[in-house]
Amino acid sequence: MFSNPDFWTSVFGRLSFESLPIHEPILVATFAAVALGGLALLGAVTYFRLWGYLWKEWFTSVDHKKIGIMYVILAVVMLLRGFADALMMRTQQAIAFDNPGFLPPHHYDQVFTAHGVIMIFFVAMPLVTGLMNLVVPLQIGARDVSFPFLNNFSFWMTTAGAIIVMMSLFIGEFAMTGWLAFPPLSDITNSPGVGVDYYIWALQVAGVGTTLSGVNLIATIVKMRAPGMTMMKLPIFTWTALCSNILIVASFPVLGATLALLSLDRYVGTNFFTAGLGGNAMMYVNLIWIWGHPEVYILILPAFGVFSEITSTFCGKRLFGYTSMVYATVVITILAYLVWLHHFFTMGSGASVNSFFGITTMIISIPTGAKIFNWMFTMFRGRIRYEVPMLWVVGFMPTFVIGGMTGVMLAVPPADFQFHNTLFLVAHFHNVIIGGVLFGMLAGINYWFPKAFGYVLDPFWGKLSFWFWLVGFWVAFGPLYVLGLMGVTRRLNHFEDGSLQIYFLIAAFGAVLIACGIACFLIQLVVSFLRREQLRDVTGDPWDGRTLEWSTSSPPPPYNFAFTPVIHDHDAWYDMKKRGFKMPLSGFQPIHMPKNTGTGVILSILSTGFAFGMIWYMWWLAAGSFALIVLGAIIHTFNYHRDYWIPADEVARTEQARSVAVAGD
Amino acid sequence: MSASVSPASDGEKVVFYLEKDEHAHAGSSTALGFWLYLMSDCLIFAVLFACYGVLGRSYAAGPTPKELFDLPLVAVNTAMLLFSSITYGFAMLQMEGGKKWGTLFWLGVTGLFGVAFIGLELYEFNHLIHEGAGPWRSAFLSSFFTLVGTHGLHVSFGILWLVVLMIQVAHRGLIEDNRRRLMCLSLFWHFLDVIWIGVFSFVYLMGVLG
Repeated sequence: MFSNPDFWTSVFGRLSFESLPIHEPILVATFAAVALGGLALLGAVTYFRLWGYLWKEWFTSVDHKKIGIMYVILAVVMLLRGFADALMMRTQQAIAFDNPGFLPPHHYDQVFTAHGVIMIFFVAMPLVTGLMNLVVPLQIGARDVSFPFLNNFSFWMTTAGAIIVMMSLFIGEFAMTGWLAFPPLSDITNSPGVGVDYYIWALQVAGVGTTLSGVNLIATIVKMRAPGMTMMKLPIFTWTALCSNILIVASFPVLGATLALLSLDRYVGTNFFTAGLGGNAMMYVNLIWIWGHPEVYILILPAFGVFSEITSTFCGKRLFGYTSMVYATVVITILAYLVWLHHFFTMGSGASVNSFFGITTMIISIPTGAKIFNWMFTMFRGRIRYEVPMLWVVGFMPTFVIGGMTGVMLAVPPADFQFHNTLFLVAHFHNVIIGGVLFGMLAGINYWFPKAFGYVLDPFWGKLSFWFWLVGFWVAFGPLYVLGLMGVTRRLNHFEDGSLQIYFLIAAFGAVLIACGIACFLIQLVVSFLRREQLRDVTGDPWDGRTLEWSTSSPPPPYNFAFTPVIHDHDAWYDMKKRGFKMPLSGFQPIHMPKNTGTGVILSILSTGFAFGMIWYMWWLAAGSFALIVLGAIIHTFNYHRDYWIPADEVARTEQARSVAVAGD
Repeated sequence: MSASVSPASDGEKVVFYLEKDEHAHAGSSTALGFWLYLMSDCLIFAVLFACYGVLGRSYAAGPTPKELFDLPLVAVNTAMLLFSSITYGFAMLQMEGGKKWGTLFWLGVTGLFGVAFIGLELYEFNHLIHEGAGPWRSAFLSSFFTLVGTHGLHVSFGILWLVVLMIQVAHRGLIEDNRRRLMCLSLFWHFLDVIWIGVFSFVYLMGVLG
């Protein structure tokens, strides 16, 4: 039996010792570093006896605040991986003149694919979802989201997707197709390896989590608002979160279906996107961008929300043009579905179609421009405090405006035929995603960190991080704009023309500056933790905030609000402070809360097993994991005792402790 | 705008929080949440319908709908699914009347109709594949099998869910949680019925008659 190759194939599928990249020194060194780091971490957790604490208080938690924090931690970890890829690409392109550099094409192609996938799906998305999870229920005066277990499950499915991508680094390979895996390059004849399968299953598993978290947050915002909070009194971040989640629910199923069709082509031999037997590869490109364009608004809208909250708070003014801000957000949400074709004007769909999509694209700059003016008018005659979050806002505004303008350039179809697939495009989308989304998320982390942990982040390292990021961004991507205008193509691992080298060297230096920005951010977290007693905020309202999340303690109790707040105006907390609100000291009631559950973790592990089985053709593993997923879900429904009551005297004790702390401040 | 809800000026006490909380937690959002999920599922079908719209005439010199589809068989199949929707409706009426065994009876009938539907579909698929008209034959057949098969997969999971719910209702009766779950499955079941009407008209009728 042991000499029978069929037997081994049925057990291990395509997996063999050759699948391990032991001939790639870079990967072996990375693996050693990750393995040692991982062992050190696991050892430390075991040594300090933290497993029980982590399991009970975090992994199985259905508390939206803890889930939000875990999303952000996932994003920061994956940022390091995605940024390592970026540094490798910048180094390769800077040195590979008159020599092949250190990344051969098949490795370089995996690096740029992994960079794109990780940065969008496992950095930007978890940052956005994490902040929405943490903040939205607090802003609307709710005790949790509508479906707390689903929330935990969504987080773990996203994490499973990230783990699947990370596995591809050390077992097998990742896709070499670019971050959207267009066929025919991604079909089974042109990409016979496991790379595209890793790509497909990582996104499918994470996509389930994202879609369900979208459903959850829409239901939360629509159904769980505190009494009096009509839609036009909703804090603007919650508005943007609502629109972003509507986009998630209305676009991620398209991604899932499209990837499923690609999987059928690869696994079953169907002919959706093949060149022969009637298939149509451009249909994949259309479908994936019908998801892909809304995706960029999924990311940017919550960032706009963060900037709005911060501008209003740090200028000490009500947001200028609240109503126009809401309408601008809704208009962008709708237009997001009418522009997808601008990603491939070169498909050649004709002048009329290209004109339609070019014009709809340019129209989007109108509501976006309105938002910029609203922020500027909020700042006008405001009492501006340049704390770290506000610095990110003023860094964002000019950066994003320039990114928006290069976007309008790309929206002109005849011009786009020149820019298509050049570094100009690469510079443009980094300009809006770093300058918009990432700046927004870092602003949001600096702004809401004290709410989550009870102490503010160290401003010195925060400012240093901001300046490194801002300057680094321009040094890294300014040269790419220039190169793109000269016609230099993206996704090439080296160039023959030596006159280009200086631009790539400058860009690489910019990447190093950004690396310093990331390092400063990590140092900021550590320094703030060490100095937490000096940085402590007992009031729960360190910035003189305006929305409800600042009305409760920091970190908030598990139930968020001892009493459900009643809202009379937007900027509800500012309104309460102005009218002399006093914290209630008696009359506490028992509070109904959902129980923790380990089902999310278990289903996520099984999903990882299922994906691994599908990727490596280990059919027994895929079938077994799938059966267990269904069984696990069914068993979960037999548990009818999913909630408990926090007794009134415990609520009283918690609230009493807070009043004492505030009084002693 | 806020004048009507800001009684501060006339000296009345402003209420900033609810002293007695009637915050219904579980279930208050389930109908909306489940409906949102159904709409996301609907988009998956929208993609598959769009694919069929684009590829449904790409026969690649292979068989066409006129040669393949057996309308009487599909008509019987459609009747199975439509009847199952009616019987699910009867189950919900029994549930409203608080009649546990009546509910279970009609759920059982619904499940049998569902199994009949799936059985006929599998028979059709098997027949097509044996005729050399499998999903790999042409883009038309790829999109046909995927659209119809995805619907069939949904019905199969619906049947599994139905069985689980029958056990739960038999075990615990028509308690609040179970009634909510029956309502969700009802939405799901009727949703699949609507999708099937689209499949029947767009794929089968237009394929054979159009």
